[in-house]
Amino acid sequence: MPIELKMPALSPTMEEGTLAKWLVKEGDTVKSGDIMAEIETDKATMEFEAVDEGTIAKIVVPEGTDGVKVGAVIALIAGEGEDASAAASAPAPSPSPAKAGEGQAGKAGQGEGSAAPSPSPSQSAGADRAPPSPAKAGEGLEGRVKASPLARRMAEAKGIDLGALQGSGPGGRIVKADIEGAQPGAAPKVAAAPAAAPAPAPAPAAPAAPFETEIPHEAVKLSNMRKTIARRLTEAKSTIPHIYLTVDIRLDALLKLRGELNGALAARNVKLSVNDLLIKALAVALKQVPECNVSFTPDQLIKYSRADISVAVSIPGGLITPIVTNADGKGVAAISSEMHELASRAKDGKLQPHEYQGGTASLSNMGMFGIKQFEAVINPPQGMIMAIGAGEKRPYVVDDALQIATVMSATGSFDHRAIDGADGARLMKVFKELVEAPLGMVA
Amino acid sequence: MEPPNVPDTYDLIVLGSGPGGYVAAIRAAQLGLKTAIVERELLGGICLNWGCIPTKALLRSAEVFHYMQHAKDYGLVANQISADLEAVVKRSRGVAKQLNQGVTHLMKKNKIDVHMGDGKLTGKGKLSVTKDGKTTELTARNIIVATGARARDLPFAKADGKRIWTYRHAMTPPEMPTKLLVVGSGAIGIEFASFYRDMGADVTVVEMLDRLVPVEDADVSAFLEKAVKKQGMTTMTGAGVEKLEVSPDGVKASIKGKDGKTVAQEFSHVIVAIGIVPNTENIGLEALGVKTDRGHIVTDGMCRTNVEGIYAIGDVTAPPWLAHKASHEGVIAAEAIAGKHPHAMDPKNIPGCTYCRPQIASVGLTEAKAKEAGYEVRVGNFPFIGNGKAIALGEPEGFVKTVFDAKTGELLGAHMIGAEVTELIQGYTVGKTGELTEAELMETVFPHPTLSEMMHESVLAAYGRALHI
Repeated sequence: MPIELKMPALSPTMEEGTLAKWLVKEGDTVKSGDIMAEIETDKATMEFEAVDEGTIAKIVVPEGTDGVKVGAVIALIAGEGEDASAAASAPAPSPSPAKAGEGQAGKAGQGEGSAAPSPSPSQSAGADRAPPSPAKAGEGLEGRVKASPLARRMAEAKGIDLGALQGSGPGGRIVKADIEGAQPGAAPKVAAAPAAAPAPAPAPAAPAAPFETEIPHEAVKLSNMRKTIARRLTEAKSTIPHIYLTVDIRLDALLKLRGELNGALAARNVKLSVNDLLIKALAVALKQVPECNVSFTPDQLIKYSRADISVAVSIPGGLITPIVTNADGKGVAAISSEMHELASRAKDGKLQPHEYQGGTASLSNMGMFGIKQFEAVINPPQGMIMAIGAGEKRPYVVDDALQIATVMSATGSFDHRAIDGADGARLMKVFKELVEAPLGMVA
Repeated sequence: MEPPNVPDTYDLIVLGSGPGGYVAAIRAAQLGLKTAIVERELLGGICLNWGCIPTKALLRSAEVFHYMQHAKDYGLVANQISADLEAVVKRSRGVAKQLNQGVTHLMKKNKIDVHMGDGKLTGKGKLSVTKDGKTTELTARNIIVATGARARDLPFAKADGKRIWTYRHAMTPPEMPTKLLVVGSGAIGIEFASFYRDMGADVTVVEMLDRLVPVEDADVSAFLEKAVKKQGMTTMTGAGVEKLEVSPDGVKASIKGKDGKTVAQEFSHVIVAIGIVPNTENIGLEALGVKTDRGHIVTDGMCRTNVEGIYAIGDVTAPPWLAHKASHEGVIAAEAIAGKHPHAMDPKNIPGCTYCRPQIASVGLTEAKAKEAGYEVRVGNFPFIGNGKAIALGEPEGFVKTVFDAKTGELLGAHMIGAEVTELIQGYTVGKTGELTEAELMETVFPHPTLSEMMHESVLAAYGRALHI
């Protein structure tokens, strides 16, 4: 039996991806660890390594195909002693999809991922049918999906995964009406609307009518990253009740400390940014106010015992949030070099999923653009995000006298389902104190 | 029949014992419900006493008569052939009686209480049955209204049973019509037209719409019109009867033709078959607030009316008004009442059969309706002349037409005309219900030599693959 090579879930949120490039061709021999393809996920371009040894018998999904569902068969490998040409002519393989929940880790390689239809180009309606695609949900005893022939064909044409459907026919059989009621996922080779989130999210909009305007314009196809940003921000703003708390923070002490530290660290070729110190301050504050270092789930409140700070980094075509893990436990120098390295790889699209997925809270800094103050959108499933405005010289009252001080405004956005206003306020207070008396956090 | 001992309360009372009602009662009894059925006249209702079954008996006689007249075609000799209408009708009544007794037996076997009399809903879960001035009060948790329908009269001339007949009079005719006018070319009209034509009457059919059997596919209508004209029938489509004047010798009919001109013609008898009227009066529906639409009770997919505990099935509800639709609804309603989860019926999967000569059978959308619904269609057509069995039977006229959705291969409709097609249509109905596509139908092995091979060929033809043409 040829080994089915399936579209890997390269990140927990990945539901589909673009097969950007094949680095092997049919007939090539591969061994474990060989890079076989480049796959563009919702966040980055990833390399896809071989797990099994053998000969590439057939490339099922050609390069440049986007909207390839996780779990879909993309190539066949003939194992040792197998005839590659025989393997290639074996019946079109069917994916064995599984439903990947958000946050469920998927390993690069076989199998795990969201359900997917057969990726083989849908065959023309006619007597020559593709074999039925097995799937998990709705399986009968024999492990087959009970579906009418018409339902199978319509599902294939529309790119709907039968395994994800609940049949309304006799004995749970999937019938035409079920397909008509289902939202199409991605048909092979067709860019599709974002796949439905696994949570009972509002049904994704039906494929929109072509946008028409007389204004001179250029229509740019949405990148996977843009689709992910759109989906996650919509999800966040429409499901999370945000509460915003703003404080003004005097920066002079922090700037002074930064100068001193940079002088001392120059030999180590480390140059701290204000942001590096703010990452540390947020992490320490979260440790001191653990009520804000949480995730809200429908039946549980997850309280983290470590502060991993996702830092928003603008990259061409979107943004990404590399994570400084255990930021409260790391020295600022370590944070700085880590951040420097993560940001530069982020700009090259080379981050590994674990480097940008997870995190317990986020930090977004728009100070460099002169933004005085803003409210950021929470990055689910996190419970809060800190929005940092520009540090600027402002008239400031110190000991009842008007002075000039360097001040910035920081606004925390909190998931009010999980975090009470008073707890959010405490976090802002601690954050302010740490920045204004920064020795407290480096000590 | 012994009046049953009335229990405190029934789980279900079915009002009306036609093919909808008695099937509902049997299914309910099978599911363990304490069930009663109320009938004012004859168990089995119109269908098996005055409709489907006795007409099939009549038409069989006409068919045999037709074959006898064409014995020579088969190398046989039959001299001095004649028809005895009285004997033909007697046979038909005998068939109806046998089946009526069959239903009586089925009620007994399933321990269903039969209450003979006029039933009327008197409140929620309450029903009275009146027979010979005596009234029995029954109570039930659920009631299924299955009171059926009756023939619609022309607004200007009531059927008198002498010169102007409904289907019911036509089934037990006082005499053989010599020159018959049939008003309406739906299933009932065209079947009686066919029967009396084969029995030797001069028959004229008047249809208000622009073609015979207007619910069927246009190709079927066109073929039928040619076929019956060849048999000597006169057809007037796009025409309406405006006046009927009854005299002792016959009926003078004023018929406004397609051209807008009205002509007067003499007939010996008139059969009025212009549709049905639901039997919703005097059964207490209004007082309970049961919702109706143009007289027919409004129901949902589980045959529930807007009033809790009251269900309705069959001709008293929405079309199609067919016995098998009523029976199927009976099963659905009984199962819903028993707390099962039956599947709602899809009207597009209900076949229709008309037993004129040639026979007509169809299921699903006509080609025109499919296009109207926005489908891109693939149409297959296979003629009887290409089928060995049809030729052997001496029945080389007719065709099998199939309509597929070009995009999905869904069988949208099938339309047949010719010998025995009413026995064939179930094959396509099974396919439609199981949601088979053209591929499974092509993969199915049809037995040789049978007429059913044409069903296969028609599917192949839709995809340019017919073998015997």
